Amino acid sequence: MTLWLPFVALGVLATLAGALLRVWRGPERADRMMGAQLVGTGGVAVLVLLAPVQGWAALDVALTLALLAALAAVGFVKASSPDGAGDPEEDEPPTTDPRSASEKADG
Amino acid sequence: MTLAFNAALCALILAAALATILGRGIFRSIMFFIVYGLLMAVAWVRLDVVDVALAEAAIGAGLTGVLFLAAFGRLVREGAEAEPPRRINPPAAVACVGLTAALTWAWFSLPIPERPGPQLAEALPRAGVENPVTAVLLNFRAWDTLLESIVLLAALIGLWMLTREDDWRNRLGLPQHVRPGGVMSGFGRVLPPVGLLVGVYLAYVGADRPGGAFQGGTVLAAVGLVAAMTGLVRPPRISAPGWRAVLVAGPLVFLVAGLAGALLGTNFLTLPAPVAGGAIFVIEVALLLSVAVTLTFLVLGPPEGENRR
Amino acid sequence: MADLATYAFTGIGLFFFVAGTIGLLRFPDVFSRLHALTKADNLGLGFITLGVAFQVETWREIALLALIWALTLLAAGTVSQLVARVALREQNKR
Repeated sequence: MTLWLPFVALGVLATLAGALLRVWRGPERADRMMGAQLVGTGGVAVLVLLAPVQGWAALDVALTLALLAALAAVGFVKASSPDGAGDPEEDEPPTTDPRSASEKADG
Repeated sequence: MTLAFNAALCALILAAALATILGRGIFRSIMFFIVYGLLMAVAWVRLDVVDVALAEAAIGAGLTGVLFLAAFGRLVREGAEAEPPRRINPPAAVACVGLTAALTWAWFSLPIPERPGPQLAEALPRAGVENPVTAVLLNFRAWDTLLESIVLLAALIGLWMLTREDDWRNRLGLPQHVRPGGVMSGFGRVLPPVGLLVGVYLAYVGADRPGGAFQGGTVLAAVGLVAAMTGLVRPPRISAPGWRAVLVAGPLVFLVAGLAGALLGTNFLTLPAPVAGGAIFVIEVALLLSVAVTLTFLVLGPPEGENRR
Repeated sequence: MADLATYAFTGIGLFFFVAGTIGLLRFPDVFSRLHALTKADNLGLGFITLGVAFQVETWREIALLALIWALTLLAAGTVSQLVARVALREQNKR
């Protein structure tokens, strides 16, 4: 087991090289985000695989990564929304009152 | 097999670091920075420093990523996301190469320290906790930790200085909105309870296993950020007295404990061995809350108008 | 017996990671690549946690492994929905 689990972990790391390639190539921002997402999941997998060999405390780190796995993606979709604070599932962003709309046009 | 694994991990980290610096486009650099943080968390586990790995996972891969993405979104909205043309700045290049050379020299010339160190092993029974990292952070070198907690608070006050006059009474950050009952709001309702549990768990086990107030606090901060971004809770206003009290609780309790140590006959910030365990627990609870709330507010940013979208 | 289960399940998990990455690299558009990504997230990590679960010493680790997978599922589902919406909106803009 001390040989097999690091071997599988190495295999997962090798696939992460592919994910890095997708982050590099894009072409869409969503593609790069997906590559980063795969590195996150792969990191969790590597930590889980190392835990029996390295010590079970590695699971606490895996838990933290899994808990925050969606944080960057939520930040990404927020940043992609027209006002930086929206939700891509909203059909129309809430209408702004004319005063603020003109302010935005100025700035 | 472990050697091949280590080599592959190093190669990936170097690739991510180089891509962060050399890649064209700000968004690509942000993505590689997040990837770099994720890989570094794995590397810290591999080096058996789980305490650092926890902090890197929550800060490097979590909070700073959100911060950079929010900044990028702002650049796009202002139409300023195009990268300026690159020029090599010779003095900066020479300084960087010199610093790298000096660090490399220092790395090879310094003796390899024994872990956890004979002095620490001897002093650990008096610390009141079993995790040597927590013992150093909150007892033997409490000065550093106290100042760090004050630095965080000072950073937040500095950030709040950037608030515009007419936004001063508004809620922190941008006014967030989500589709009611949508995926994002659903996620925001499911994650925080689990996240609260994980953050408190990490802080609690810090007494005798890897973890502690800072690690737990960063996780709680990330959870608070999710709760705010998904519209579960509305961030408070700067003037909210309860939240201000939480912000100063950590440094304040720490200071009071330090002064109590001085009055009880030991030195300032030196915890007497019989009460050290209990004192560290109280300080950790206060620090946990302060770190969590300070980091959440730092990432949310200063108040920005409800009416200026 | 427990070791055999670990060999088998972690092997299957690795297969899904490889398949997911190949899909992420080779599929022609954003949405099919997203599909490949969630295979690695859900099935790859699922089988790996299942395989490692046969090596644990106490129930505490089983609970942690289950929680890790559950959280990853939650994240994968949320992320794929939201990122797909963003990609769709960007395409419609052009």
